[in-house]
Amino acid sequence: MPAKQGFLITVRTARQGAAMEKGKLSAEYVAETATLTLSPRDYEELGLKEGQQVKLSSDSGQALVTCRFSEGPDGVFFLPLGPTANALIGEQTYGTGVPSYKGFNVEIETLDA
Amino acid sequence: MLKIINGGVYDPLQGLSGQAGTICVGDDGKICDPPSDAAPCDIVDASGCAVMAGGVDIHSHIAGTKVNSARSMCPEDHYDHFKPHTDTTRAGTGFTVPTSFYTGYEYAGQGYTTVFEAAVPPLEARHAHEELLDVPIIDTGTYTLMGNNYMIMQILAEQDPVSRKERLRDLVSWLLTTTKGYAVKVVNPGGVESWKWAQGIQDLDTPVPPFGVTPRQIMTGLAETIRGLGLPHGMHLHCNHLGEAGNYITTLETMRALDGLPFHLTHLQFHAYGQSKKGTLKSAASELADYINGHPNVTFDVGQMVFGPATTMTADAPMQYRLHVVTGHKWINNDVEMESGAGVVPLQYKPKSLVNAIQWCVGLELLLLVKNAWQIILTTDHPNAGPFSAYPQIIRLLMDRDYRASQMEALNPRVGKYTVLAQLAREYTLEEIAIITRSAPAKTLGLPQRGNLRAGSCGDIAAYRIQEDKERMFREPAYVFKDGALVVRDGKAIKSPQGRRLLVEPDCGAVLPDDLVDEFHRYYSITLANFPVQEEYIPRPEVIACK
Amino acid sequence: MPVTIHKDIVCTFCGALCDDLEMHVENNKVIDVKNVCGIGRNKALHGDNDKPECRVYGERATLEEAYDASARMLAQARSPLVYGFSSTVAEANRVGVELAEILRGGLDNCSSYCHGPGVLARQHVGLPTCTLGEAKNRADLVVFWGANPMESHMRHFSRYSVQAKGMYTPLGRKDRKMAVVDVRPTPSSKNADLFFQVTPGSDYEIATVLRALVLEMPLPTLTDDSLVGGVPLARWRELVELIKQCKYCVVFFGIGLTQSQGKDLNVEQLIRLVSDCNRYTRVYAMPMRGHANVNGNNQVFVWQTGYPLAISFNRGYPRFNPGEFSVIDMLNRGDVDAAIIVATDPAAHLPYTAVDALKKIPTIVLDPVNSLTTEWANVVIPVATSGLSAAGTYYRMDNVPIRLRKIIDCEWPTDLEVLQNIKERVLNAKDH
Repeated sequence: MPAKQGFLITVRTARQGAAMEKGKLSAEYVAETATLTLSPRDYEELGLKEGQQVKLSSDSGQALVTCRFSEGPDGVFFLPLGPTANALIGEQTYGTGVPSYKGFNVEIETLDA
Repeated sequence: MLKIINGGVYDPLQGLSGQAGTICVGDDGKICDPPSDAAPCDIVDASGCAVMAGGVDIHSHIAGTKVNSARSMCPEDHYDHFKPHTDTTRAGTGFTVPTSFYTGYEYAGQGYTTVFEAAVPPLEARHAHEELLDVPIIDTGTYTLMGNNYMIMQILAEQDPVSRKERLRDLVSWLLTTTKGYAVKVVNPGGVESWKWAQGIQDLDTPVPPFGVTPRQIMTGLAETIRGLGLPHGMHLHCNHLGEAGNYITTLETMRALDGLPFHLTHLQFHAYGQSKKGTLKSAASELADYINGHPNVTFDVGQMVFGPATTMTADAPMQYRLHVVTGHKWINNDVEMESGAGVVPLQYKPKSLVNAIQWCVGLELLLLVKNAWQIILTTDHPNAGPFSAYPQIIRLLMDRDYRASQMEALNPRVGKYTVLAQLAREYTLEEIAIITRSAPAKTLGLPQRGNLRAGSCGDIAAYRIQEDKERMFREPAYVFKDGALVVRDGKAIKSPQGRRLLVEPDCGAVLPDDLVDEFHRYYSITLANFPVQEEYIPRPEVIACK
Repeated sequence: MPVTIHKDIVCTFCGALCDDLEMHVENNKVIDVKNVCGIGRNKALHGDNDKPECRVYGERATLEEAYDASARMLAQARSPLVYGFSSTVAEANRVGVELAEILRGGLDNCSSYCHGPGVLARQHVGLPTCTLGEAKNRADLVVFWGANPMESHMRHFSRYSVQAKGMYTPLGRKDRKMAVVDVRPTPSSKNADLFFQVTPGSDYEIATVLRALVLEMPLPTLTDDSLVGGVPLARWRELVELIKQCKYCVVFFGIGLTQSQGKDLNVEQLIRLVSDCNRYTRVYAMPMRGHANVNGNNQVFVWQTGYPLAISFNRGYPRFNPGEFSVIDMLNRGDVDAAIIVATDPAAHLPYTAVDALKKIPTIVLDPVNSLTTEWANVVIPVATSGLSAAGTYYRMDNVPIRLRKIIDCEWPTDLEVLQNIKERVLNAKDH
C-alpha cells in the first residue's frame, strides 16, 4: 500500500461552515469534515483518484477520509475542523490551552482496492 | 424610616460644619425632616462620626471598551488584589483597574455613592451601559465623547452661522439621547482625528484634517450648544497637549476662549506644566491658580498623581502612543470610526523620578493655591494618575501639613527647583474636604439632590469616625447608606443593590438630521437602527432636568 | 399566512456580526433571508429548528426536572466546570460567571482553544487596533495573515475591508492594496495583490524579520534571495515598503497564527511588528474572531473576573492560568467531575481525549439545536436561539456591541432563564 508521512493542518471551508449550520448530524457535515485536501504532487505520488478513501494515522488516533486535490504545498494535508480531525489531534497543549489543531505529523495510507 | 443620631453633620451647602444633628431618611429613600411623632424607625448611633452626603466622583474610568481592554491587558494588576465571594457580594480582582463588582464595593467602601464614567464613544456606549449593570451600589452616568466626532466637525465647517447652530444643537441632542449619556465630553479636540492621519499635534488654531475646523471652533461650538440646551453639566474638557512641558499656556488660552461659557476642566494637573530653560517640566500651578482665583465660574478636577502603579487610559490616542514610545510599555490603541480613539498604557509613578515628583507637587499645588474649595474637585482621573482608592491618602496630604512634609522627603531632591509646594502651609478643614469630595462635584454636575443633606435629597450618606489619622478616617467609614439602606460597615460592602443611571433628555429629542442619516449609512459599520442604546440597558434611569 | 419582514437583523454566525440582514418570517419561521452569506443563511433558516428533546439521563423530562437534576449534579460536584457561551448573549454569560463563582468551579469559553493565544499576546504587548468602520473608511492597505475570510467571514471583504467603499476609499477595491500571508492558496488569497505562501509554522520567524526590516536593523546573514518562511527576503522588503508608504493599514489575523506552532508568541511578534510600524504611519491589527460572540465571552469574563479565559474559582475568587485552567487541559487531566456546557458543541470541536473525559462525568448541555454533544449528554436542555428567538448583546470582533432582537417565538426558555433557574436551585441546595 502506498503511504506517505506528512503534516496535517485543520482549516475552515465554506462547505463545512454552511453544512454545520444546517445541522451537525447532516450527511453534508459528516462528509465535508471527512474530506482531505492534498496537493497534485502528493496525489500523483500516492496514485490517488479524486474521491478515493484513505487512512490517516497520528499518534492519537486514526480516521478514514475522502481525498480531494487542490493547489498547495506538498506534504501538507488539509482537513476541515470537525469530529474526524478531532480523532487525530493530540491532547497536549504545551501550557497554552490550545492543542495542535494546525500542524502535527500524520501518515497517509491508501486502502486495499 | 432611618435616623442617624449623635453625629457631627458636615453639609457645606447648608453651612453645617460639624454641628450635632440628626439625619432622617424616609421609606422613599430620601432625606426628610425628623418626624414629629414617634414613628418606628431604625436608629444608628453615629457618635464620634462626621456625617456627610455620599461622595460624588465627577471623573473616573470604570466601565466600557477601553477600561475592559485595560483589565484584559493587565492580569498582573489583579493577581495580588482580590475579594472572595460572600453570600451577599460578588468576587472581584484588580487594583488600578478593578472588576465591575469590585469597583462598586470599593467606591461605596469609601463613602462614594455617585460616580461618572468619563469617556464613552457613542458606538461603544452599549458596552459601558451593560458593564455598569454589574457595578453594584453606586449611581452612575456616562459622558459622551464628541470632540473628534466627524459629523460635529462637518457641521462646524458649514458657513451659515444660523443653520450651523441649529444643526449642531440637534446633533448633540441626538448623540446624548441615543448614547444615554449625561454630559458632553471633549478630549484633545481635533487631536485624535489628526492622529488617524498620522499628523502632528494640535494647537488651538491648527486646522483639523479634513474639515479645516480648529480645536477652538470645536470647543466654543460645543460649549455654546451646551448652554443652549441647558444641560446640567458644562462641557467636560480634557484640553489639548496633555502632559507636555509648557502646556499651561494652551490651558490658559482655552479658559480665556471659553470665558462665560459652561465648561469644566478635567485632570488639570496634567495640563499645568511650564517649561524650564532646558525644555523640561516645571510647575505652572501658580499661573493657572491665579486665573482661576479671578474667575469664580471656572471649576476643575485635579487628577492628583499617586505614587505606585497606574493604568493610563484616555481617548487621547496620540498622547498614549507617546507614553508607549517613551516607556516601552505595552500599548492598546483603539481608533473608533467617525467618533474618537483611545489608548491604554500601564505605568508606575515613582517619587524618585523627577518628572513624577514634579507632577505630584503640581496637583497638590493646584489644590492648595486655588482659594475657593467650591471650584475644586478631588479626582485621580482614576486610574490614570492613580487609583480612586488613594483618595483617603490625598485627603490626609491636604489636611495634615506635617504628613505632607514627611512625604516630600521621599521625592527626588531636585523637585524644589521646579515647584513651590514646600512653601505652602495651607491645611484643609473637614468642611473643605466635604466640599471637594461631594458638594462641589454635585453642584458642578447640576445634581441638586446629591452632595448635600437637605430634606428631599437622596438618602446617600457616609459616616466617618473622626480621628487624627485622616487617611484611616476616610478609608473605613463606619457606615454608608444608599437610599437610606445600610450598604457598608467599617469600610466593607455588605450588600449589592443596583444603582441608578443618571441621564439627560434635552428638548431637541433624538432625531438625526436627514443628510446625516445618509452619511451614517455610508460611513458607519453598523446600521442606524442598531445604533441607539436600548432601554434594556437602563433598568433604573434617573433623568436630570435641563435648565 | 402573512409574511413579516424584519430589517437590520444581526447575523449570529461569525465575529463580523453583519447587522443589515433582512429576514422574512411566516408562521413563526424564517423562510427567507436577504443580505446574507451562505453560512449565515443556513444559520437563520435552520437555527431554530431541530430542537433537541429535554432529557435527563436519556429519558424525556420536564424543564423543572432538568433544572433539578442539573443543580443536583453541580452542587454535589467537587470541581465542576462551567464552559462555552460562544453562541449566546452576554446577559446569559454574566449569569454563567456567577454560577461558576457560586460553585467555586472552573470557568472557560471557546476562545480558550481558538483566539485565546491572541488574547494572551495582548497581555504581553497590548494591541493597537481600530473598529471595522475605520478599515472601511481609511484603510488603503489590508493584510490577511493566517485568515481565509472568503470561507469563514464571507462578507468581511465587501462590508469592512477589501471591497468596502468608505469615506476615503470611495472606489473600494481600487483604492486599496491587499496582501495575504498563508500556507496555501485560498479563495481569499486569489484576490490579493501580494500573496506570500509561507512554510507552516514559520510565522514567528517571518514577523521577526519584518520587524528588523521596519526598524532598519542589519540582517548580516541574509541576502535578498535568502528564504524567510519559504519566501525570498526581497519580497518581504516589498511588503514593508508597502506598509511604510500607506496611509492606514489593518492586519487581520486568523487562527492560522494562533493555532500554529508558536501560538501566542506568533501573535505577540505580529503585534510588536504592527506597533513598530506606527512610527511611520497608522498600522493596526485585529483578530478575525470566529464564533459570533466569543469576543463577548472575553469581555464579560474580564469585567466580572479580570481575566478573559481559563479561570478557577476554587479558592472563592477568580484565578487565571491558561494551560492549567483551560478547558482542554482540565478535562485531559481528569480535574473536572461535572460540567455545564452552554451554547457550544465540544463533541464537534475538542480532541477526542477531552470529549471522552466529558462522557465519563455528569454533563449538562444547553443547546438550541441538536448537536454532537446533545447526543450523549446526561442532561439536555433545549433553549431559544440567540438572535432569532432570544434577545441580548453580542460583541463584534472589534469590540463593538450590538443588540440582537427576538423575531420569532420559541416554546423553550432562553439560556439566561435556564441559567438563572439552575443558579437559584444550586443556591437552595447549598443553603440546606
